[in-house]
Amino acid sequence: MSLLEVRNLKVNVDNHEILKGIDLEINPGEVHSIMGPNGSGKSTLAQVLARRESYDVTGGEILYDGKDLLAMKPEDAACEGIFMAFQYPVEIPGISNAYFLRSALNAIRKYRGQDELDAMDFLPMFREKLKLLDMDEKQMNRSVNEGFSGGEKKRNEILQMAVLEPKLAILDETDSGLDIDALRIVANGVNAMRSPERAIIVVTHYQRLLNYIVPDFVHVLVNGRIVRSGGPELALELEEKGYGEIESEARQVTPA
Amino acid sequence: MITATEQLEIYLESFTELQKRAAGRDLPWLRQLREDAFARFCEVGFPNTHDEDWRFTNVSAIARAPFQLAQDGGLSNEEVEPFRIKGAACQLVFVNGRFVRDLSSIGKLPAGVNVNGLAEEINGNPRVLEAHFGRYLDTRRDAFCALNTAFADDGAYVHIRKGTIVEDPIFLLFISTVGDAPLMSHPRNLIVAEQESQATIVEDYVSLGESTAFCNTVTELVAGDNAVISHYMIEREHRQAFNVSTLRIQQGRSANVASHSVLLGGGLVRNNVHPVLAGEGGECLINGLFIGNGQQHLDNYMLVEHASPHCGSRQFYNGILDDRAHGVFHGRIIVHKDAQKTDAKQTNRNLLLSDDAQIDTKPQLEIYADDVKCTHGATIGQIDENALFYLRSRGIDELSARKLLLFAFASECLDRMKASPAREHVEELIHGHLLEVAHSANRFATGIPSEDTGRKWEEIG
Repeated sequence: MSLLEVRNLKVNVDNHEILKGIDLEINPGEVHSIMGPNGSGKSTLAQVLARRESYDVTGGEILYDGKDLLAMKPEDAACEGIFMAFQYPVEIPGISNAYFLRSALNAIRKYRGQDELDAMDFLPMFREKLKLLDMDEKQMNRSVNEGFSGGEKKRNEILQMAVLEPKLAILDETDSGLDIDALRIVANGVNAMRSPERAIIVVTHYQRLLNYIVPDFVHVLVNGRIVRSGGPELALELEEKGYGEIESEARQVTPA
Repeated sequence: MITATEQLEIYLESFTELQKRAAGRDLPWLRQLREDAFARFCEVGFPNTHDEDWRFTNVSAIARAPFQLAQDGGLSNEEVEPFRIKGAACQLVFVNGRFVRDLSSIGKLPAGVNVNGLAEEINGNPRVLEAHFGRYLDTRRDAFCALNTAFADDGAYVHIRKGTIVEDPIFLLFISTVGDAPLMSHPRNLIVAEQESQATIVEDYVSLGESTAFCNTVTELVAGDNAVISHYMIEREHRQAFNVSTLRIQQGRSANVASHSVLLGGGLVRNNVHPVLAGEGGECLINGLFIGNGQQHLDNYMLVEHASPHCGSRQFYNGILDDRAHGVFHGRIIVHKDAQKTDAKQTNRNLLLSDDAQIDTKPQLEIYADDVKCTHGATIGQIDENALFYLRSRGIDELSARKLLLFAFASECLDRMKASPAREHVEELIHGHLLEVAHSANRFATGIPSEDTGRKWEEIG
């Protein structure tokens, strides 16, 4: 059974149709990349999968692990194993990173009927993950994302993913604005998470990240529709030709 | 409800009665102090909203209720137990403003510390007390201070001698009880911290049972040169309670005082904090947190007087208001002519969780010196929906996420309190209270109308 099945998904934002019928099937162990120009609906798809409620789903369905994802609240989706790395991670003054992360992990563990971890149990595992992402433990006593650089925020997202160990991870433009060193660290963190049980969706504008996280499948999203799907070579083709050609092809198929 | 004339008659009756039995009724200075104060109260009466200092708070509900002086309520230890805190140096219990020795535990205090009921101290040792009692409070300005002084009979007396350090908090618990008629009490506290002394004092106001009660409390806090004092005022009475409190701080040279006001309970609450930085180099932190829901009215009034050079004052107040709660932040700073190099700052941040919650925030700076730094700022906001989604997307349920965000906002105030059992006590209270507020905010967010049980104080007036 596939882990995620998106069928003819249609989504409106402010009464404007952003996704116009998306079909997508993802199996455990696979890495899918969703590429597309600005405004194509990439982030909308990621946010809907993470169950952001301000998006108006007007049609279609999403089955996650055989369950109706659209009926889930964001916290339920998270507890069922969905994780989205935010394009713009939120700063939360007054809550420390470590406390936040332990609360999140314990909420998920509780949902799954596992014992909650106290600070002593949490720390060894946490330190290991910090090392993986080359992050400083001191930083974890500071408020969530507060005063973090762009790169630190993105690394913090991957750290959270490493701690929460989702079944389906969605990286929403995690590469945007990263220098090459940070990009490598983030990619290493993600690659370390690849496993036969876990699926990853890499949403990106650029091909660059895919040199480091090599996807099994690439989908090109244009104007709310997936216009092409293929292997990793599709990403290289896009890098060479740009989105222009594929956009004009898309226009010919479905005249506006 | 009663008229203004009836009201004065009721107060006069109580006053005459009290003068016959009050502690120190034979001490001419104290008798005079009470009589003058009562005359002043009769002269000015309760303030109304035309008075600039009371613009946002209508006290006519207090003025029109026929309050009787509360009698001693015989409470058992079991009834008091839930309100006690862990780790206090001593616990003094006051029932309707009267010190109850049997419920109190003086514990092992260092030599050089005297804690007692005020009435006992007046009767036993009035000379030491006379030097400070009523010397700082301005009964001319404020009718509530005049009223308190007229009825000043009992309360807490804390005297910390030169160089004495009290590590653990001195805990003062004020319990109001139920009566057949609306009850009033006027606790009067005097805290004298001599030169180079150090202590934490917690005043905690609670109630047993629910009936209309009026607690009008005054604390005079004298901080000698180089003294370091933390003072906590915690209001958590029931929703039928009127609570008016005044903390008058007199600071000596290089004295360092922190005032923490935490308003969680009460129906109509007014908290006055009035420090006078009388000696050079003094520092005063005026830290506050008010969390209201239902129909609560929580008014924070500060009057910070810089009377000497090189003093610093910081006012930080955070408010969280839900349902139809009304909050007030009125921060007045006066920099006197000679108070050069004053550094005064005030900040008020508010979270409004419903459309009907209201905050009035008003800075008022009066500067008569020419080399000073004074800043003020205020913000009003809602719960950040992005932050809420961020937390939820990590598995934290909506209610817990809301509570976490509210607590983060409140913790700005907690962070300004030194680590101590007093802070832990406050933290625990806030956790409990925020869960309730998060619940009602959650209900609001999901569109279920809140129950309209409480009274609207303005409407009664």
